Amino acid sequence: MTKQLWKGNEAVAEAAVCAGLQAYFGYPITPQTETLEYLSKRMPELGRAFVQAESELGAINMVYGAACTGARVMTSSSSPGISLMMEGLSYIAGTEVPMVLVDVVRGGPGLGNIAPSQGDYNQIVHGGGHGDYFPIVLAPASVQESVDLMALAFDLAEKYRAICAVLTDGSIGQMMEPAEIPPMKPVRTTYPDWAATGAVGRERNILTSIQLEPPLEEVVNFRLARRKQEIQAREVRFKEYYLDDAEFAVVGFGSAGRVAMTAVRAARAEDIKVGLLRPITLNPFPVKELDELSKRLEGMLVIEMNSGQMLDDVLLATQFRVPTAFYGRMGGMMPLPDEVLAEIRELAKGPKMQDVHPRDRWLKRMEALV
Amino acid sequence: MATPQLNMELVYERPEALTDTATHYCPGCTHGIAHRLVAEVIDEMNVRERTIGVASVGCSVFAYNYFDFDWVQSPHGRAPAMATGVKRVLPDRVVFTYQGDGDMASIGMGEIVHAAARGENITVIFINNANYGMTGGQMAPTTLPGMKTTTSPNGRDVEQMGYPIRAAELLATLDGASYIVRRSLHDPKNIRLAKKAIRTAFETQVRGLGFSMVELLSTCPTNWNMTPVEAQKWLEEKMVPYFPIKDFKIHPALAEIKV
Amino acid sequence: MPVKGTIVVDERLCKGCELCVGACPQKVIALAMDRLTPKGYHPAYLIAEGCTGCAVCALVCPEAAITVYREGAKVKAAV
Repeated sequence: MTKQLWKGNEAVAEAAVCAGLQAYFGYPITPQTETLEYLSKRMPELGRAFVQAESELGAINMVYGAACTGARVMTSSSSPGISLMMEGLSYIAGTEVPMVLVDVVRGGPGLGNIAPSQGDYNQIVHGGGHGDYFPIVLAPASVQESVDLMALAFDLAEKYRAICAVLTDGSIGQMMEPAEIPPMKPVRTTYPDWAATGAVGRERNILTSIQLEPPLEEVVNFRLARRKQEIQAREVRFKEYYLDDAEFAVVGFGSAGRVAMTAVRAARAEDIKVGLLRPITLNPFPVKELDELSKRLEGMLVIEMNSGQMLDDVLLATQFRVPTAFYGRMGGMMPLPDEVLAEIRELAKGPKMQDVHPRDRWLKRMEALV
Repeated sequence: MATPQLNMELVYERPEALTDTATHYCPGCTHGIAHRLVAEVIDEMNVRERTIGVASVGCSVFAYNYFDFDWVQSPHGRAPAMATGVKRVLPDRVVFTYQGDGDMASIGMGEIVHAAARGENITVIFINNANYGMTGGQMAPTTLPGMKTTTSPNGRDVEQMGYPIRAAELLATLDGASYIVRRSLHDPKNIRLAKKAIRTAFETQVRGLGFSMVELLSTCPTNWNMTPVEAQKWLEEKMVPYFPIKDFKIHPALAEIKV
Repeated sequence: MPVKGTIVVDERLCKGCELCVGACPQKVIALAMDRLTPKGYHPAYLIAEGCTGCAVCALVCPEAAITVYREGAKVKAAV
């Protein structure tokens, strides 16, 4: 297939279809409605299931039902809609059935706005639904990357019988870029042993997240925790640029990481030895890699479109051993390369005292601006 | 079990679709009758191996322990949406939800209305016993005016707490609904009629005729503070007048079916 | 002569709810007050001759605990 100009939300939809998507249930919400609209035409064209549900609550529960049959199923939404889905996500995780969730993050909290943000990091990565569960989270930074990660999302979800979330934002969802969609994979014709598909010639399957007896529930909890450990050991993915000889590193995911890339290149042109680590998996987080990296750096800069949510994970991973600065924009504001470059220059001037939390230092600096 | 006498033929035995398990329901609770009728219908239609039940949240939360076919468990109120997900992916299976009045008519009102409006080809068994049984007898959307529950201790005051919802009548207004009836489980005659209705509802599904729901007026002896026999009398005297036993929506194609 | 029938009550399942006692048209079912099931209920049982195998008891039983027999022509699932 050749490169074509694709809108992010539609590319994600087509990539899912080509990855063998069997059912899509969703609800309109800006800035991801194009995914719903695209699939409302494409899925019936291919004889696959599509329903615009009565709400995100309805949608996630339809996903839950389809996931229990072992079918490749997905939904997409944006921040306020994702909050509505949290109940269903917890149930899906507790029942250990696979699904793919696309969150096209917008400004918040509350109704917020429709501009891009990364404010859902904690909600998605650290589990916004109740209980101990650990979704796998992928963070693309371009339309092509979104496409590439869709097939991986379904594969990981099925491999681990888990939720795999693809965390993007309004700009990636809305932008148009050249992308190549992989060839169409056939839809599955067999179903997993555990699925509820009708007990033909076998013992019945019951898919539930209830375990009234605490000892039995704890067995489930340990299973989920150990699965997270396994995923941490095997599935970390990240991209690194200019880190071989780096004295400083910028850490950013998604659009923030992409903007940082431009700033890093500009900084290199000014002979600042800075590189970029852009996590692709936010869960599992590249803990080991950041830990190792921090041992040979003089300073780190975390760039996000929120108040410093991944920042805390970076600080934990690096064990506060290296002076770390933070720069964030919120509410739908995009950090621009010039701003990030200014932060890199500031970092390169000399490591800052560690007595003040990077978030507090950033809030003070931003007083002049906002 | 004692062996039957010679030259006696078997008239009735426990349906195969029920597992050989004692239920956790209170003695005399009509959940058991509803379960049995559903199981009998599934046996008679010979669809056990392609049936998938969607359990809800209420006293029947463990319904899946009592039937010998696949089940999935939905969050409170979401069973119609979950059933939609299953049926859309596996359209040739028999998919039904089993929900109480709190589950379907309170928290789940959005999901049931839209599943019916969409004409989803699923069957809903709706157990109406005028209170929230599992959590100890609180007021439900179906609690009668003046009826005492743990959250309407002085009797349901319609000024403060509003009026009960007649779910069958409500859903029957939707064009997408194909078979909506109310029956009762308070005496043998009505139980027989209830079974016929359940059979017709499942026939609606397998013939692809759309959304079907059977509302079953049911007793809750424990929370009503009555014996099972008294509870059936109370149902007949107090609930039937408010929730009439009638057909509210019948798809024309169903008129030809004899069950 | 009236048709003869009999019932067998599964005492693992019977909860002594008495719905069958009231429903029986021949009034030949009662709870056995002298014994308890494994779960501590007084089970239902046939107290006298006169069962016609009409199966109304099985129709009202919430536990599907009653199996019904009748002599004469084959009848199945009369409920």
